[in-house]
Amino acid sequence: MTALNLKRTVLELTVKNHPGVMSHVVGLFSRRAFNVEGILCMPVPDTDTSRIWLLVNDDDRLEQLIKQLQKLQDVIAVQQHGAAHDVFVRLETFFNA
Amino acid sequence: MIQETGANIIVHLLERQGIRIVTGIPGGMNLPLYDAFSRSTLIKHVLARHEQGAGFMAQGMTRSTGQPAVCLATSGPGATNILTAIADAKLDSIPIICITGQVPVPLIGTDAFQEVDTYGMTIPITKHNFLVRNAAELLTVIPEAFRIALSGRPGPVLIDVPKDVQNQTVTFEAWPEPGQATPTPAADPKDIAAAAQLINQAQRPILYLGGGVIHANAWETARALAEKAHIPSVMSLLGLGVLPAHHPLSLGMLGMHGARYANWALEECDLLIAAGSRFGDRATGKVAQFCPQAKIIHLDIDASEMDKIKKADIRVLGDLRDTLASLLPKIEAQDRTAWLTRVEALKKEHPLYPEAEALDPAGLIRTVGRLLPENAIVATDVGQHQMWTAQNYPHRQPRCWLTSAGLGTMGFGLPAAIGAALANPDRIVVSFSGDGSLLMNIQELATAVEENLNVKIILFDNQALGLVHQQQDLFFGKRYFASNFKFRTDFVKIAHGFGLRALTLNGSTEPEFLLEEALRTEGPFLIHVPMDVHDKVFPMVPPGAANKDMLGGDSHDRA
Ligand SMILES: Cc1ncc(C[n+]2csc(CCOP(=O)(O)OP(=O)(O)O)c2C)c(N)n1
Ligand SMILES: [Mg+2]
Repeated sequence: MTALNLKRTVLELTVKNHPGVMSHVVGLFSRRAFNVEGILCMPVPDTDTSRIWLLVNDDDRLEQLIKQLQKLQDVIAVQQHGAAHDVFVRLETFFNA
Repeated sequence: MIQETGANIIVHLLERQGIRIVTGIPGGMNLPLYDAFSRSTLIKHVLARHEQGAGFMAQGMTRSTGQPAVCLATSGPGATNILTAIADAKLDSIPIICITGQVPVPLIGTDAFQEVDTYGMTIPITKHNFLVRNAAELLTVIPEAFRIALSGRPGPVLIDVPKDVQNQTVTFEAWPEPGQATPTPAADPKDIAAAAQLINQAQRPILYLGGGVIHANAWETARALAEKAHIPSVMSLLGLGVLPAHHPLSLGMLGMHGARYANWALEECDLLIAAGSRFGDRATGKVAQFCPQAKIIHLDIDASEMDKIKKADIRVLGDLRDTLASLLPKIEAQDRTAWLTRVEALKKEHPLYPEAEALDPAGLIRTVGRLLPENAIVATDVGQHQMWTAQNYPHRQPRCWLTSAGLGTMGFGLPAAIGAALANPDRIVVSFSGDGSLLMNIQELATAVEENLNVKIILFDNQALGLVHQQQDLFFGKRYFASNFKFRTDFVKIAHGFGLRALTLNGSTEPEFLLEEALRTEGPFLIHVPMDVHDKVFPMVPPGAANKDMLGGDSHDRA
């Protein structure tokens, strides 16, 4: 999984916590033909928000994708982290063959 | 304390939003809502004959007035039937609100009778959607739906309401305020200044005006800008009417079926100022070759449109009305004689249908344009007749031109015209339609008659799916397949069957007289116009080609 750092980036979304949110976010990726390599979602304790972590390709369409994510009504914030962010790296043990 | 059912809450909140007409069709899962509408003294319900018709009627109301309109459908087939009209609204940024019935909450997910995942199906075709899980939520969801539909770049919103939620009684303290648009932050003054500088320095600028100018109510400012700096202007299909067709600075429509001179002028411009337009592929042709000499300024309210198709040199993000108003005083008045002389020469060199005759598509549309008052509303269906109308109708005012641009939906015209007539009872509405398109929502003739609306349908009957036929002629070796209707439909008889007045111009020696008569007669009227299937819309940019390679665009003498 060292290839993970190659041209990948980690997005952190703060979203409203309700049943349709994941469909809106995931639907955007399929509709705009953009690959998601990894996805993680958990409610943020003691709030009505959730956090979604996305591992995506860092290509020339990323900027457009972030703008589209920001347009979703249930997405409160989008933050882009460097490829070095370790949220997915620390999960690797759960995904060993 | 107030105590109301979910259904009554919806109706009362719509009344408070200023809604006075809703369209739709009832069914099992929205009957409580319909029962509540039956008691409203403020809202009139118009019964469509197909939910797609109801959706396009709402669009006709919204496109002609700028105000959001509401349409209704029941669950399952009602919801699936209305999807096309919602998708159409999404692509053209039209703020309609659709309220669908859904099976009761405990049955959701059980494959209950007439259950479909309306919420899931409408995610990609709405600006936003809601599945309401209890009646109290309606107090926030309904105003929020209007706020979302109207804020920023407008778009359709769907609210799915399970039947038990419609019946549920809840207690609350006060009615919420109606939803309204959240103001858009002002454009960055640095961007305005940079844009002004480019415009002032440009030798051969062109304004490229899109539907966003109309959505933002910014046409007067756009016109003032064009006039102050003498900037020739092209319009997208949705931008038609921003500048009157006969305005000296108007170059008409650009793109696949644009005016030849518009496309040629774009080849030569050194600055393109795009306002509320999204560089759609029908407008730009092959993007890499679009405006090859030009720097680009993009003015828009939607950040995701910036650099999406064409990288801009200057981006100005904000409400167009404010943006253009801030730009205007910074723009130097200029005569631009050399550029305007060049543009005039292009107009003379490459005119549109110079020899149009009375019963030619172009001639007929121009005649109708002459006969109609300034404020007439014109709708179209989709096909050759749509493009001829876009090219030849003397567009005089914004919000008088209803056409399905982004989705290109056949069947749009008649119900959209009905919606416009409902919202503008004192104006005449004309729908230019094709035989193929009319057949897609012909059932709404019943609605037009029932409501006795002043809707005139001018039916271009070439007994064919004309635009498909044209493509097979030009690009598929004349192998006509599935584009001719083998059987001739008697549209006059059908109109009579629906209770409409109707006539045909077939064989008439005085078509203009008949037209004038029909347009002057109050109430719905169908005017049948026979057309030659071999008539073509020119110019035509072959799909995927650059605009300069338009056919019928006499490119040979410029190679
Ligand atoms: C709902 C839908 N189905 C198919 C098409 C593809 N299409 C585009 S134009 C056209 C022919 C339209 O025929 P008609 O309404 O008679 O107009 P004409 O081109 O003959 O003027 C077709 C089939 C479409 N735009 N919309
Ligand atoms: Mg036809």
